[in-house]
Order: sequence, then C-alpha cells, then structure tokens
Amino acid sequence: MAIHMIERTGKQLVLTMQEYSLFVYSAVTNLFRPPRYWPDFLIQSDIIGFGSAFIVLLSGFFTGGVLALQSAATLSEFGATAMTGRFVSLTMIRELGPVLTGIMVSGRNASSMASELGSMVVTEQIDAMRALGVDPLRKLVTPRLFACISMLFFLTIVADAFGIVGGGAVTVFMSGQDGTQYFSSAWEALRYPDILQGLVKPLFSGFIIASIGCFYGMRTTGGTQGVGRSTIQAVVTASVLIIFVDFLVTRVMLGLFPPL
Amino acid sequence: MNETSDSAPSGRQPGQVPAPQAVSAPVAAPPVLVFRNVSIQFDGPSVLQDVTFSLAPTETRILLGPTGVGKSVLLKLTNGLLAPDRGCVQLFGEDISRMSEDKLFPLRARTGMVFQEGALFDSLTVRDNVAYQLIGEGVPDEEIDQRVHEALRFVELDATFALFPGSLSGGMRRRVAIARALIHQPELLLYDSPTGGLDPITSTTIIELIVKERDVLRTPALLVTHRLQDAFTMCTHRFDTEQNRMVPLPEGQTDPNTTFLMLDEGRLIFDGSLHDLIHSENKFVREFLE
Repeated sequence: MAIHMIERTGKQLVLTMQEYSLFVYSAVTNLFRPPRYWPDFLIQSDIIGFGSAFIVLLSGFFTGGVLALQSAATLSEFGATAMTGRFVSLTMIRELGPVLTGIMVSGRNASSMASELGSMVVTEQIDAMRALGVDPLRKLVTPRLFACISMLFFLTIVADAFGIVGGGAVTVFMSGQDGTQYFSSAWEALRYPDILQGLVKPLFSGFIIASIGCFYGMRTTGGTQGVGRSTIQAVVTASVLIIFVDFLVTRVMLGLFPPL
Repeated sequence: MNETSDSAPSGRQPGQVPAPQAVSAPVAAPPVLVFRNVSIQFDGPSVLQDVTFSLAPTETRILLGPTGVGKSVLLKLTNGLLAPDRGCVQLFGEDISRMSEDKLFPLRARTGMVFQEGALFDSLTVRDNVAYQLIGEGVPDEEIDQRVHEALRFVELDATFALFPGSLSGGMRRRVAIARALIHQPELLLYDSPTGGLDPITSTTIIELIVKERDVLRTPALLVTHRLQDAFTMCTHRFDTEQNRMVPLPEGQTDPNTTFLMLDEGRLIFDGSLHDLIHSENKFVREFLE
C-alpha cells in the first residue's frame, strides 16, 4: 500500500513537472510570435509594479532599519560601528532586497494571479476564451509573466534604496552615529558584482511568481474551494522556490565573482 | 404528439453517419460536424463510448440525457476544447481529434458557444463581452458598437450595453452569451444547457431566442439539455418574424430540421426525429420521456 502511494505521488510529481515545463515553454515562446497583447502587459505592469510599490517600500525601509539596529549592537563590541553602512548596503543589495521583495510580491501577486485565473477556470471563462478563438496562455499568462519579471527588477531597486535609507535613519536618529559616515561606508563597500547579483535575482523571482501563480490558477479544479487551494499552493510554492533559487544563484554568482 | 409529413418515420440508427455521395448523385452539402466512434475517459470509467453521429448544414440537433451523462463533454469535444481518446471528430470537414491548439483557434472562431452559466468575462462590460472577438481582430470602434447593438437587439437586451455582467440576472447573462456567440456570424452554434437553472418564463424566452436564431439566421446548432419541455417546444414552434415572437406550428407538424440524440451512460442510444423519439421502444428513452 505504501509503495503504491509513493509510486503514485512520484508519478504525480513528474507529471506536474512536465505540465509546468510545457506551460512555461508556451508562455515564454508566445512573446516571439504574434498576436502580442501589449495593453495587457501594461495593465499587469501597473498592477504588479505600482500596486506593490508601497508594501515593498515599507518592508525595505524597516528591514534596513532592523539590520542597522541588530548590527550596531554586535559591531560596537568590536569597535566597528562605522561599518554599519557597509553591512546594511551589502546585505540589502545582495540578499535581503531581492528575497524580501520576491516574497512580498509573491504574497500579493502569485495569490491574485492564482485566484483570478482559478476563478476564470471554474466559471468556464477560460473555456469561453478558447471557444472564441483566443489563446488564454497568450492573453493572460504571457503578459503577467513578462510584466512580473520586469517590475520585480525595479521593485527590488526600490527595496534596496529604501532599505539603505531605513538603515541610515536608524543609525543617525537611534544609534546617534554620523550620517555621512554611514552613507559613504555603504557606497564604498559596493562592487559591481554585488549589484549584479542583486539585480539578477529578481529576474528569477519574477519568473517564479508569475509562472507558479498562473500555473496553479490555470489547473484549478473543484469550484471555489479549489480556487482557495490553488491560491495557497501558489504562494507556498513560489515563496519556497524563491528562497531555493536565491541560494542557487548566490552560489553561482559567488563562484563567478569570488569575494575579495 | 403527431408526426410531421416531412419527417421520415424510420429515422437514423444511432451511430449511423451519412455515406459519401456517389459522383453522379445530387450533391448534398457535407455535414458541418461528424463524430465517428468517439470515446473519452477521465480518471474513472468512460464518459463517452463509441459515439457516432453527424450534423447537416441546416440541422438543429438536440442532445438529451440526464445530468452527468456526458452531454457537456460531448459539446466540448465538438470544438476541440477536449480531445477524444479514440475516434474522430470532424468540424467543417477537418479532423480536429489530434489537431494542435494553435490550429484549432481559427476553427473555433467559426463556431459560437453558449456555456451553461453564460461564462461572461466579469471584468468586461456587456459591450466588450459581446465584442470580444471583434476587439481581438482590431475592428474599428464605430463598427464594433454598431454590431454589438445589433446583436443585443436580437436578444432584446440593447439597454445593457454599458453594464457589467455582475449586474445582470441569470437569464440576461444567457441572452448576452447568445449575443456574444452570434456576433461573429458563426457557422455552427453550440448551446450547453442554455436554460439550466432558470425559471420557466425565462427558459421560454431563451428557447424563443434559439428558435429565432434557427428560423431567421438558419445556423446549424447542437443543443444540450435535460429538459424535455424545451426540446419539444423547439420542435413544435417556429419564429414568426412579422409578429416578432415564437408561434406554435399547425397541429401535427414539427420542425423537420430539428432532430434528437440521446445519451445514456456515455453511449448514444437514440438518433432520430421527434416522431421516432416518441415511438421509440428503447426502455431508457421511454423512462426518460415518462
């Protein structure tokens, strides 16, 4: 009985991977063949980019602040409080900015994509679209995928910038340190590979959020309960994958650009 | 109910598809739709088994059967929304059984489909719902507005032009769905339980629209329903364009182009006219009628 269960789960996993691969392949290659739905791309960019800007800005600001608070206490033991800016900027740009932005946007947008598309599936709107001669992948998934990738890139820059500002605010107003020293330390510590690493990661996160959100939405079954299930699966899978892929990208980038 | 003089008393045997015409014979228009030994199965037992029938260019076929017997699945096989496991589905002369999704889209655009609950796009106005295909084709706005008004007038819902589907009743949503299916002047119409869940008066309004479409625009159609009353109304009425309403046919007459199919446990157990249906000896048909 247990072996049958393992076999069935294994087959289901392989089937899901196969379906996901085909789904992603179609969604990506649709960009290179007409018709292309540019208005939908702009609408989705507005929803994902502008709509998520405020939560990304706030989470970036307070994460930078917390980093400054935590690091100041530790660094002061070694008489190295002047390194706070360096610590905050490197951590935000290389790691926390991309990952936190990915997880925040995943919570907001992977869920909305899964629930929106899932509702369309269970109310036969997706079938209606196909019956009207319109490819739902091309119309609904491809614009979301590329809007999410491009917007996550800019949102990560916003999170990084406000994280450094948040760290600066805490350093100056709570730890009583010099602001110029903080910002010059933050600036001087940065190298191009650090920025490259920080800006490559959101491309992967954006891809994961949109592809997972749309994939779970489009394979929804079981009515409104199924929509809820798809939404949860999309957010959980996207969040875990973002952290896992962040680990892989970090390893690759550190291999390509070893720290000095 | 009596038999019309136009209807052949023998009817077709279930599964019988018209044989190809000899070269010297009078040229008959080829069927719009052909199912040959179509079977489909999901996780459980077969949903459809060896289903064979055809739909002529002027014909309206009513697919009867109890709930859950595979009627909607059959309708989705018709325009390639589902692919059969075995057998062949020919739409407009092309075998769509193994056709790729990309090649299916232009064929589907030549059909109109009315879904069970309407399946209108909630985020779009009635105008944009009805004009969905035209907007995609880049038709100018003025022409779109004109054609949408025409389609909405046909279903007598012109006043809903700027409304969202959420503010419409169930019956109005079905009528908008019919307008959406008609606007592109389809070569085949598919109705999936268009009166399901509606009150008798609204159901009659919807059936009147379908009869109007059948008698005025003369588009071939495949209609799925489990409501015998709707099926009989379609067969025994015609649309009077002068009175702009559905009127009963003279006593003893039925519409010769409206015929019946019946499914039971995934198998096609009946294919014929209303007369054949009423006089069928099949036990399931008798039970269903009674």
